[in-house]
Amino acid sequence: MSADAATHDDHTPSIWDWRRWVLSTNHKDIGTMYLLFAIFAGIIGGGLSGLMRWELAEPGLQVFNNGFWGNEHNYNVATTMHGLIMIFFMVMPAMIGGFGNWFVPLMIGAPDMAFPRMNNISFWLLPFAFILAVMSMFVPGAGADQGFGGGWVLYPPLSTMGHNGPAMDLLILSLHIAGVSSILGAINFITTIFNMRAPGMTIHKMPLFVWSVLVTVFLLLLSLPVLAGALTMLLTDRNFGTAFFAPEGGGDPVMYQHLFWFFGHPEVYILILPGFGIISHIVSTFSRKPIFGYLGMAYAMVAIGFIGFIVWAHHMYTVGMPVDLKAYFVAATMVIAVPTGIKIFSWIATMWGGSIEFRTPMMWAIGFIFLFTVGGVTGVVLANAGVDQALHDTYYVVAHFHYVLSLGAVFAIFAGWYYWFEKIFGVKYNSLFARLQFLFFFVGANVIFFPQHFLGLQGMPRRYVDYADGHAFWNMVSSWGYVIMLIGMAFFFLVLIDAIVRRRKADANPWGEGATTLEWTLSSPPPFHQFSELPKIK
Amino acid sequence: MPDLYGEAMRFLTALALTWMTAATGAFATPGQPTDGNLGFQPAVTPIANRIHEFHDLLLWIIIPITLFVMGLLLWVIIRYNRKANPTPSKNSHNTLLEVVWTAVPILILVVIAIPSFPLLYFQDEIPEADFTIKATGYQWYWSYEYPDQEVPEFFSNMVAEEDLQEGQLRNLSVDYPLVVPAGATVRLQVTAADVIHNWAMPAFGTKMDAIPGRINETWFQVEEEGIYYGQCSELCGIRHAFMPIEVHAVSQDAFDAWVEAGPGTDEANAVIAEYSAARETRLAQLD
Repeated sequence: MSADAATHDDHTPSIWDWRRWVLSTNHKDIGTMYLLFAIFAGIIGGGLSGLMRWELAEPGLQVFNNGFWGNEHNYNVATTMHGLIMIFFMVMPAMIGGFGNWFVPLMIGAPDMAFPRMNNISFWLLPFAFILAVMSMFVPGAGADQGFGGGWVLYPPLSTMGHNGPAMDLLILSLHIAGVSSILGAINFITTIFNMRAPGMTIHKMPLFVWSVLVTVFLLLLSLPVLAGALTMLLTDRNFGTAFFAPEGGGDPVMYQHLFWFFGHPEVYILILPGFGIISHIVSTFSRKPIFGYLGMAYAMVAIGFIGFIVWAHHMYTVGMPVDLKAYFVAATMVIAVPTGIKIFSWIATMWGGSIEFRTPMMWAIGFIFLFTVGGVTGVVLANAGVDQALHDTYYVVAHFHYVLSLGAVFAIFAGWYYWFEKIFGVKYNSLFARLQFLFFFVGANVIFFPQHFLGLQGMPRRYVDYADGHAFWNMVSSWGYVIMLIGMAFFFLVLIDAIVRRRKADANPWGEGATTLEWTLSSPPPFHQFSELPKIK
Repeated sequence: MPDLYGEAMRFLTALALTWMTAATGAFATPGQPTDGNLGFQPAVTPIANRIHEFHDLLLWIIIPITLFVMGLLLWVIIRYNRKANPTPSKNSHNTLLEVVWTAVPILILVVIAIPSFPLLYFQDEIPEADFTIKATGYQWYWSYEYPDQEVPEFFSNMVAEEDLQEGQLRNLSVDYPLVVPAGATVRLQVTAADVIHNWAMPAFGTKMDAIPGRINETWFQVEEEGIYYGQCSELCGIRHAFMPIEVHAVSQDAFDAWVEAGPGTDEANAVIAEYSAARETRLAQLD
């Protein structure tokens, strides 16, 4: 038996063999492809935000002034595609597809995912979805203007009668395919986690990252079909004469918003939950302590996932809902602060009494905890419909969700990247460059997004290509922040180049006794097939 | 030896004071954004006043919480790094602590909820109104009707940059502004003719989606005469950033004269311009 497994292990195909990647059924190879895909998509999504900050650096039209970059419509396309690409093609592939694929099987002691071939198609649908999304930017959207510029929320009637060109249809198709990819992935993870845990690993002994992915994929499985339904109704409203969302035919644009946010709110937790799992491991590893309040941490995520489904209309406080309904959504939304607070305090309690070593991933993790707290408290502000009436659709909201996503989710991704880099690629990285990246990211992201709170309080609306002159100063500051973050990004690529050029062989466990999960018992990189004999969990 | 420390402290104090006055809006012109400011535009309606009061309370809660978390993080970084504490403790449970950090946030949320719900209902329940205005959003301008004054629909377009007159603001001024009497309680009905827009006026604390096929209602009562600017706040297409809202709050007499002159005409604009000029002279004399 073990002899068979050993001969199988020897068959690690060359990385230059295209079949290894295109026909891959190996969770680690597929995870690597997801990560590289996320980096690629992140460059494009980040580039779009660069155009936006360039445009907004000073009043007037700098970039989208009917020149090379197009007109004001193309600015709207940039905001729309920045959002969609970062959500569907950067954060989700990195967190769930990348780290999830790599480390869920390793952490539960499984040889691979439950459905390896389905895993293959989950990944390979994504590039095609991405190609469709990018194509949509270069075909007519509204009249002769190219691309869809109606925001990532795709609200009708702007996404139906407001955009008569094929760009929106391509985008619908793209999101459908990305959705299928995610649903297949979700089924795969649920089956894997429920059925393939090593002997002795009960559900209450699972590592928290596995818990976080489990909650995340349940959210995906339950929310994505609703998005698919709403998108299909948009498609038929646009092309086949239905009037689900068209008031002139008896439909209602607000119904779309309810459907969209029933998906959209769980979606933002999908983006952040795996990050919670990653941060828990890093904090525990570098404090050399077991995670504080393990069960509380696990069930806080379950609670966040559950509440995430019953708060959706807090994105819609200004649509004219009955006031009692708004009151309900205020109450339900504020409840989320409780499990989130449990997580923040448990991370700090894990560090308390620990022996903390400030290695690169730990710096990112501590940065995450602080910035997520800032984004969390502004979330409590926005939860109150009374104040939201002043802040809804202003830059305050932009600042809030970038603190939890751009500074939260993205910091968690980089924390995970530097935590597992050596495990994944089998080579060491230059931790000086990685720390400099953290430094520039931390400063840059705060300089970009903190002033946006002030802009929002002053009343600057979102998605504005040009603003009143009274908003000039903080916009300029914000744009300089982007430059700082860009320098951080340069260090990210320096880390990659340095690692490729120097190829220093990585250790199985670079982090010492604090790293207790199963992936650190394997070599770096792990063998092509691992756990031919299942590990026993005491 | 110059007193560098004293100089620096004086400079920092001056800087902090400047920021704080700016933050409270003391230097801000009502009704428009002021460059570099940190907080809300000055409130001119009861709703905006109550929003600001509530937001001040929230700041007193969220800033200490953020500082508390930052303090805890700094403490563990200093006290529990590997040099300071080479041997980690093994504790991973403390039931009392876990109960506390679940219960205390709930109590804080209750403190927030107590003023939050009355504010929400105050905004939503429209008091006995003096009259009604209907605002309709179009791609990319607004129109207004005054059914009680029998003022038919007139359109309100942004003034292009090259046509700006003295005192008008880029991206904010319109050709035919909305006019209301100061002190009047106005019921605002909002709808749209094509895609979704949003009628937003920061100084009033008003923000209401304009949705085709629906009529949404809200209200405001402008307490001070003046000119107030707002902007469309729901993405509506290529010229989303260029369909501003301008409201003049004037005396009842000036309002009546404006209605008489026929809103949406240059004559009506002249009435308001004359009134504003007279008011500014009056204010200048007061100073």
